[in-house]
Amino acid sequence: MTIIEDAVPAPRGAGEDQTPLLEVRNLHVEFHTREGVAKAVNGVNYTVRPGETLAVLGESGSGKSVTAQAIMGILDMPPARIPQGEILFRGQDMLKMSGEERRKLRGAEIAMIFQDALSSLNPVLTVGYQLGEMFRVHRGMSRKQAKAKAIELMDRVKIPAAAARVNDYPHQFSGGMRQRIMIAMALALEPDLIIADEPTTALDVTVQAQVMDLLAELKNEFNMGLILITHDLGVVADVADKIAVMYAGRIVETAPVRELYKSPAHPYTRGLLDSIPRLDQKGQELYAIKGLPPNLLRIPDGCAFNPRCPKAQDVCRTDTPKLAQLTGDEGRELVGRGSACHFWKETLNG
Amino acid sequence: MGRFVVRRVLQAIPVLIGVTFLIYCLVFLLPGDPIRALMGEKQDPHLALVLRARYHLDDPLVLQYWHYISGVFRGDLGTTYTGRSISDIVAQRFPITLKLALTAFGFEAVIGILAGILSALKRGKFLDNVVFIATLFLISIPVFVLGNVLQLELGVKFKLTPVAGIEDGWPASYVLPGLVLAATSMAYIARLTRTSMIESVRSDYVRTAIAKGLPRRRVIGVHALRNSLIPVVTFLGMDLGSLMGGAIITERVFNLPGIGGQLAQSVSLREGPVVVGLVTLLILIYLVANLVVDVLYAVLDPRIRYE
Repeated sequence: MTIIEDAVPAPRGAGEDQTPLLEVRNLHVEFHTREGVAKAVNGVNYTVRPGETLAVLGESGSGKSVTAQAIMGILDMPPARIPQGEILFRGQDMLKMSGEERRKLRGAEIAMIFQDALSSLNPVLTVGYQLGEMFRVHRGMSRKQAKAKAIELMDRVKIPAAAARVNDYPHQFSGGMRQRIMIAMALALEPDLIIADEPTTALDVTVQAQVMDLLAELKNEFNMGLILITHDLGVVADVADKIAVMYAGRIVETAPVRELYKSPAHPYTRGLLDSIPRLDQKGQELYAIKGLPPNLLRIPDGCAFNPRCPKAQDVCRTDTPKLAQLTGDEGRELVGRGSACHFWKETLNG
Repeated sequence: MGRFVVRRVLQAIPVLIGVTFLIYCLVFLLPGDPIRALMGEKQDPHLALVLRARYHLDDPLVLQYWHYISGVFRGDLGTTYTGRSISDIVAQRFPITLKLALTAFGFEAVIGILAGILSALKRGKFLDNVVFIATLFLISIPVFVLGNVLQLELGVKFKLTPVAGIEDGWPASYVLPGLVLAATSMAYIARLTRTSMIESVRSDYVRTAIAKGLPRRRVIGVHALRNSLIPVVTFLGMDLGSLMGGAIITERVFNLPGIGGQLAQSVSLREGPVVVGLVTLLILIYLVANLVVDVLYAVLDPRIRYE
């Protein structure tokens, strides 16, 4: 068993040999609150290459969104603090950049799509203004040019009658259309990396598929890296290349998307997969992982998942397992697979 | 929007009639006889009868009111018991009150909103505490105390402003009274702006604006500010009305011959038509200010639409 420092390389997808677009190294984020220090992210490592989609999976409070906000540089500091770690964007540590340097990256090189488009768009400004603002601020365009660009973008994300709707306000659009506008805003300056934080959670199932398809299509067109944050295993399957599962601020399993579904190597991942409702089990009680996610002020010793884990042993309560490279038959490395479980072998084999 | 405005103007008519009637009744119910008060020591029963007849003082309340209101609709506000036209009084005194109220309004809007924004942006820091204590001070201190102290310090000791009166015209004579009149509302505006600003700075759309890489100035000035001003504008609009009517003490302290002083004097002389006339005017201002607020509301927040 070897300990791997960085996230496992991508098994397939574009640009495998290129240097990573984004590399998160040993990132820690904590929040200083009145009750104490909440450790939201505790040593996360992952990489995203150009054209690659990384899905980050986890329950609320697992640190997936906080990691994304740290990458974006939109954490409120204080109360948040980044005591250690590096976030390398094209090899440069963004945490060492000045505020102004980071601002210029935001929106232009790294863009973010938020969950609830209605509250994430400004209610008192037209969508055309909010889209055009990207061009006016980052590209120095005039109002008129920016508006033309806004219409072009709305066309691109397939909003019908874009030219007629450019002066409408966010509340005049449907949920799906609003999320398209969020996507258009993120794509405006053709960034290299997009972080989508639960982009479809607030939408109807049929609209979810449309929005995900659109996102995937545009991502391929521009060969962008995509970090897709979600708790919805269904969304991930079609779009992602690889998955990182987070629990209590740590990555507990990484795997190419198909292999994770086929043979999870962490009891938590297994629990997540088992809790998807299935038609062939209609009438039976739904599976749920027992217990609640840990309080981030008091993360349990050892493996953070141990109080909820059906396989927990004494060692799980004392030793924190590291993300280990998985090996298959005859000690062959399983490419791209890692698990932070003392008993990953047993879990992997059912 | 046009229809909305027309409907609101029509709605104002019954409000106006109802309120004037109410005020008329209240003045009618005041104890004492205006004619006797007018004659003082030399009572003349014959003259008293003539005057009582001229001012319909022995008619029933409803008839008296009818005489009054039908005059108002003909554009005649009536006369005082000394024979002065009430329209003249209004024309002479109203501009002074208006100037005072608008000066105060300017102070409370500009200083209040700026203090609120700064306080919100520096939350928990030194400046925030300074604003907090200053607003607490302004809210707690009575107007006449603040007025007299400022008069003494700035007017008498340092001779920076006129002490009282309106000889120096606008702005010199109105700066100090304007500040005093604005004091309490200014403090409320500052606090309201602060709360509302903090709320919108925390909102999702401001987070989006930051994620778009907009400069901080733009995030605050364009994205946070417009949303947080919606409740502030409401308060300001409502307050314009009370600044006009509530200037009685300030006008007294600074000896400004405005509506407030006249109103106080007329109440003590039981001059019903004057009181009703002035109050009607103030109510009109209230109604107009309210309408302006409602229209502004829709301009600031496109989610609000009036049919």
